[in-house]
Amino acid sequence: MSEVFGIPIQAFLGQLLIGLINGSFYAILSLGLAVIFGLLNIINFTHGAQYMMGAFVAWMGLKYLGINYWAALLLSPLVVGLTGVVIERLCLRRLYQLDHLYGLLLTFGLALVVEGLFRQGYGISGLSYPVPKLLQGGENLGFMYLPIYRAWVVVASLVVCFGTWYVIERTKLGAYLRAGTENPRLLQAFGINVPVMVTLTYGFGVALAAFAGVLAAPIYQVNPVMGSNLVIVVFAVVVIGGMGSIFGSIVTGLGLGVVEGLTKVFYPEASAVVVFVIMALVLLVRPAGLFGREA
Amino acid sequence: MPARGNGRWLGGGLLLAAGLVAPYVVYPVFAMKVLCFALFACAFNLLLGYTGLLSFGHAAFLGSAGYVTAYTVKSLGFSPGLGLLAGTACAAVLGLVIGWLAIRRSGIYFAMITLGLAQVIYFLSLQLEFTGGEDGIQGVPRGVLFGVLPLDNPLVMYHFVLAVFLFGFWVVYRAIHSPFGQVLKAIRENEPRAVSLGYDVHRYKLLAFVLSATLAGLAGGTKSLVFQLASLTDVHWHTSGEVVLMTLLGGLGTEFGPVVGALLVVTLNNYLAGFGSWVTVITGAIFVVCVLAFRRGIVGEILAFARSRSAPKDP
Repeated sequence: MSEVFGIPIQAFLGQLLIGLINGSFYAILSLGLAVIFGLLNIINFTHGAQYMMGAFVAWMGLKYLGINYWAALLLSPLVVGLTGVVIERLCLRRLYQLDHLYGLLLTFGLALVVEGLFRQGYGISGLSYPVPKLLQGGENLGFMYLPIYRAWVVVASLVVCFGTWYVIERTKLGAYLRAGTENPRLLQAFGINVPVMVTLTYGFGVALAAFAGVLAAPIYQVNPVMGSNLVIVVFAVVVIGGMGSIFGSIVTGLGLGVVEGLTKVFYPEASAVVVFVIMALVLLVRPAGLFGREA
Repeated sequence: MPARGNGRWLGGGLLLAAGLVAPYVVYPVFAMKVLCFALFACAFNLLLGYTGLLSFGHAAFLGSAGYVTAYTVKSLGFSPGLGLLAGTACAAVLGLVIGWLAIRRSGIYFAMITLGLAQVIYFLSLQLEFTGGEDGIQGVPRGVLFGVLPLDNPLVMYHFVLAVFLFGFWVVYRAIHSPFGQVLKAIRENEPRAVSLGYDVHRYKLLAFVLSATLAGLAGGTKSLVFQLASLTDVHWHTSGEVVLMTLLGGLGTEFGPVVGALLVVTLNNYLAGFGSWVTVITGAIFVVCVLAFRRGIVGEILAFARSRSAPKDP
């Protein structure tokens, strides 16, 4: 069997893998959006820019300071997460009493600022980031060639996603977080410092985006606009999945990545829009999203 | 309220006077660009300012109407008036489809859905045959309007654009100050209450959306005749963001705000065109400042100031 529906199986599996990788990024990013939205009621338009910052911080660390990939995987989310904390303290905090739309507009403005600054500094052409030594090369599985780094991306993303899921759904800290989503006033009355929790949650969501950025750096070119189209797709993922459930975000993200990859095999012209078309279909059938609750 | 009525006449008079004088003071193409974007922003304001729906995909209507007008005029030999009509109609149909899907959710979901669906239009524009891909449709002839008005003459073209703008502005004005507009405001202020009063909120929202999309299309079609070009820029989400900025900066839910906002943003883009990415940075920074400190916008602040002056000191 070397063909699936008239498509060479190597090409099929190759696209499937790319789909899985994109899906992992969708999953991490939509997870971050969902966590932030749950507590802050803000849709973080800066998410794409923060993903890009994650990749750039890793690249800059390697170029100027010689920080290797593994350190960057930890440091970059930390640095970008800290900028998130600053943003929450200085800007977002002032908007909680207002319509949610202002949060969207503010983060959109911030995304433009960040993207513009990086574009001014580094131009539009991509910068390459080498694959770390340990993960170079690939494995021949007999039916396909599997680049080790790509496998690593999928595994690392899944670990982070399920780690996040575990923390939120199964630990004390997660219980506070869920309580804060449900009723922040009551939680504060029980002696939890909700404002600090909100700040840290935003920082964490942003750090997730940056983590995805570092993972993406060796696969895609590091460039200032790498996040801007991605964030729109992730928004569609969020609409499809609904932001009610963490698990739902992960599954929807991965699933849509795979669907997009398969579309590239069978009908490449539609691969750019397939996620949005699915979004339209889901809106027709289940307006609240696959895992969402009607608000 | 006589004071507000006077202000409205004053504003309208100033607008008309500025519109008539503009082509003799500034470069006509620049003035026409301002008018097109002003109409676009007014259409957008009907939705965000008066109905409370944030569409993040309005570029789809501006851009697609531009493409249809350019294509029908250039390749099918339509007269400019008919081409403009075709473009506007296309935006109306598109508005009906996108609006019908998007009003199923509200708030930020509405924004994300419109953004996503507009992205579909963007990719279609990139891939379809008739749009010319990356090149767009260039060299669109302006032709002769109604068989008598040669639009190649910059002044004739300008006055045509001014007339289109005034027509669009008038439509928005009539819509806002009609019972229909009152219901839209009621939806903005308190949707459950509007529902409980027996209004079919979905229909009102959809109607507002289609009206807004149609006028945005009118602006887009006109713009393609002015620049003799339909390009991907007009369907890109950057343009959707820009119209939000114009409306926000000028004043959400004010009649003249979007016009002021459009004038400022277009001017800014024009003067900063040589500074590369700094335009994006500055646009973003204005967004942040507007949201944090200046939510009423320029016209909104002026109105609030006038109201505080005219209010009795000792209640």
